[in-house]
Amino acid sequence: MDISFFLIQALNGVQYGFLLFLVASGLTLIFGIMGVINLAHGSFYMIGAYLAYWLTGLTGSLLLAILLGLPLAVLTGLAIERFAISHLYTRDHLYQVLLTYGLILIFNEMQSILWGNDLYGVAIPEMLTGSIRLTETQSYPVYRLFVSLVCILVALGMLLTIQKTRLGMMIRAGASNREMTQILGLNIKQLYAIVFGAGAGLAAFAGMMAAPIEAVYPGMGEGILITSFVVVVIGGIGSIKGAFFGAMLIGLADTFGSVLVPDYSGIVIYALMALVLLWRPQGLFGQRV
Amino acid sequence: MSKIKRTDHRRRRFIQGAVAGAAITAFAPSRFAIGGTAKVKVGILLPYSGTYAFLGEKITAAMKFAIAQAGGKLGGRDIEFVQLDSEAKPPKATENTNKLITGENVDFLVGPVHSGVAMAMAKIAREENVITIVPNAGANQLTGPLCAPNIFRTSFSNWQPSFPSGKVVYDDGHRNVVTMAWNYGAGKQALGGFSQGFEDAGGKIVKQILTPFPKVEFQAYLTEIAALKPDAVFVFYAGGGAIKFVKDYAASGLKDKIPLYSSGFLTEGTLKAQGAAAEGIKTTLHYSETLDNPANRIFRPAFEKATGKSADVFAVQGYDTGLLLLQAMNAVKGDTGAQKEIITAMENAVIDSPRGKWTFSAAHNPIQDFYLRQVVDGQNKVLGIAHKALSDLAKGCRMG
Amino acid sequence: MTNLRPTRLYLLIALCIVIAVGLFPLFGEKFHILLATRIFILAIFAMSLNLLIGFTGLISFGHAAFFGAAGYILAFVAPEDGAAAFWWSAPLSIGGAALLAAGIGWMSIRTSGVYFIMITLAFAQMLYFFFNDSPYFGGSDGAFIYFKPSLAIGSFDPVNLDNRVHFYYLAAILVLVVWAFLAMLLRSPFGQVIKGLRANEPRMRALGYPTQRYKLVSFIIAGGLAGLAGYLNAAQSGYISPAHLGWQESGSVMMMVILGGMGSLHGPILGAFTFVLLHDILRDLSQHWLLLMGGVIVAIVLFLPNGLAGLFTRKRIPQRDDDHD
Repeated sequence: MDISFFLIQALNGVQYGFLLFLVASGLTLIFGIMGVINLAHGSFYMIGAYLAYWLTGLTGSLLLAILLGLPLAVLTGLAIERFAISHLYTRDHLYQVLLTYGLILIFNEMQSILWGNDLYGVAIPEMLTGSIRLTETQSYPVYRLFVSLVCILVALGMLLTIQKTRLGMMIRAGASNREMTQILGLNIKQLYAIVFGAGAGLAAFAGMMAAPIEAVYPGMGEGILITSFVVVVIGGIGSIKGAFFGAMLIGLADTFGSVLVPDYSGIVIYALMALVLLWRPQGLFGQRV
Repeated sequence: MSKIKRTDHRRRRFIQGAVAGAAITAFAPSRFAIGGTAKVKVGILLPYSGTYAFLGEKITAAMKFAIAQAGGKLGGRDIEFVQLDSEAKPPKATENTNKLITGENVDFLVGPVHSGVAMAMAKIAREENVITIVPNAGANQLTGPLCAPNIFRTSFSNWQPSFPSGKVVYDDGHRNVVTMAWNYGAGKQALGGFSQGFEDAGGKIVKQILTPFPKVEFQAYLTEIAALKPDAVFVFYAGGGAIKFVKDYAASGLKDKIPLYSSGFLTEGTLKAQGAAAEGIKTTLHYSETLDNPANRIFRPAFEKATGKSADVFAVQGYDTGLLLLQAMNAVKGDTGAQKEIITAMENAVIDSPRGKWTFSAAHNPIQDFYLRQVVDGQNKVLGIAHKALSDLAKGCRMG
Repeated sequence: MTNLRPTRLYLLIALCIVIAVGLFPLFGEKFHILLATRIFILAIFAMSLNLLIGFTGLISFGHAAFFGAAGYILAFVAPEDGAAAFWWSAPLSIGGAALLAAGIGWMSIRTSGVYFIMITLAFAQMLYFFFNDSPYFGGSDGAFIYFKPSLAIGSFDPVNLDNRVHFYYLAAILVLVVWAFLAMLLRSPFGQVIKGLRANEPRMRALGYPTQRYKLVSFIIAGGLAGLAGYLNAAQSGYISPAHLGWQESGSVMMMVILGGMGSLHGPILGAFTFVLLHDILRDLSQHWLLLMGGVIVAIVLFLPNGLAGLFTRKRIPQRDDDHD
């Protein structure tokens, strides 16, 4: 075990963290601004992956598939917000948990009806198929680095949107004080729809980006869902910055946990989450409620 | 066969003395007496939703296909299938099995895919003494300590497909091997089979890596393998994990440096999704779609035409389950009450399967050939027989 | 709450139910007796969760952990060649579950809201992986309880759990016992305080109640009762697996509570009954039955927030709990 081994593992962790961030950022937005626990978030990740598979097959290009699929996913998100989620804003979290649990079942069956239960894969786009030699035995696929790059761009984009635009101002206002936002004449309904659509879009986008390095299979959304929740809770609900550091922390902890405590590596991220919450019950960057 | 049976007697004695008259009907000697024209009830407990749904669908389709091809009857009697979605959930397994056995009074029970479900199911099947055919679940225990006269398996034990790989890897000149699998029953037992075969041949397992199930993030382990630099790697993954692992292994550049071996599930039903990443991988399994024998030549096109599903090892296991039911029921001319005779017929059955002819071991697990296969042009090409007529060790099986 | 107080009607209905439950094994089919027993067990499980989410206002998303852990304790202490005595194995399982709840609760109640939901989920997941990965408990394939526990005292052995009718009556009686226990608990000063917690925690704190301690005790009681259900479940099926502790199981029991009506004493019993039947009926309808199940869940949340019990009691606001008599 030399230094390069640890560096590569760190790279693995960071890279995994970026992907987690992409999924978790949408979750934390919905959490923080709308106060909604969305268990169906993983389903949007799955929808994204299946759309990528389906549309890549039709168009022959992952880029086209993303351009076509993203609006579809966002529209699905908007429809879900309009017909289901919007009725729950004033209700207890419990109902949100249950309703979105029901949505998971519905989405899973829709996937089974539309695309069957077989397993699929998506090819990596031609120009990104190469890999970079790291050590004598291991190289790093260019596509993974590309995914990380895209994640950084998305993170920066979100930061800019929230800090610098009118929409961002509304989001910040909505997150801190719902009634005040309304009194100021901002359309909270519209804001919520936008946020939910964006969150669903982010998850679907993550699924699309991950499709070429993942397998596309039934139930793929549930695994990433629970991990994303851990990320969001560690980072502090509603904090994009928190989601980012949470994702990095989980990515690294999971990677090094796999190597250092292999027998119980499944427990590592949950133990980390419990420790963080014991130390700071509102997560690393969360507001005290 | 001792413990559970004792409970069983105790309960029966009790019930017979108890007021619960309704309960007694289930012990009526022969349902066949009700009338020779009554339908044979075959209960199927397989997953039809969730990650394992494609396995359940395929096994069911293939079993029905086998019976339909033979005229759609079992021993001259019509069949009623009672299908139940197991959801691959062990907590629901007991209730589901009870529903089929005591609720529906099925004559035969077929299932499941998931080993955890199989454990719960086998326990009840033993107590209730219903003939049970396991078309997939590989838990060694089923034909080991849990073996029973009324439990048969048409698939494999987890130990079986990977044991022959041990010698294959050794004969390819590899001495130091890293093994890797999901940390669950099937994974650990598969690695156990490989280790035994490999160490018996004289090889050394450098490290055994168990990864949390069903997580599919493998980068950290690949880096570890790259650092350990073994001669070869042996893994057990299936389904979505198999696709992901094979792709990741190739993408990390390891494939060209350290050859990858596995039991055949790594490349069953997943080759299309794995694409070029799977080329060259050697596996051992009791079937290959390219196997050249008369039964397979007929089976493949006919099955694919009839069901629209691709014929793979899971289809063959379902198909053989159908063949077994046909043979046994023909032997007793449809008399489901003649349980002893049915069991004898099954024990003596020779299944002319697309995987090659096979028979049952004393523990009711197939004695079958294991083929060495290599992925060439997106197909599992058969290189030869890795182990002829391999029988499971059946550790701990005491057939009563 | 505008209560009609149809006491006599309720008594009559209750009497009918008790008689029906009592007579059912005489003409019920074998499988239905098993199914009913299972529903009783799930009803106890749901009642235990209801104490948390319906009365104390603690939304635990990891309640299956206690259910499963109790089962594992039974599997671990039960000998392979004979029956474990009910009289020590049951208290051990329940006590173990309660002890676990004390540990998890002590850490979890520091958080609130969404964080509480998530930290309870995290602990349940940790236990899931513990039983799944550890080499000592049978791993993912699970573990058996070879013999049903024995209730014999010396040579006096009136209740034989190998007999499904006996098991049925035991489970039915335990439902009643748990119900009565919870009814008394909620009428006690302790019950008044935890209900106050749910309605307005800051006020209770301001009144000088050590609110954390009350929450913890409630969490421990709920864990212990879930342990009782888990013990019975493991005894009945003779099998326990890590999946029994999974988040889907925690979700199912939550569903039973909501379906029946949280904050109502008998709601969870109704919920368990309906949930199991709904599951069985829908599954027979179509291969894509989960679509229907999902639809029903969504519909219940949207249109029936008070659950089935709410249909009868005309309770309006699900958040507040005024009266459940």
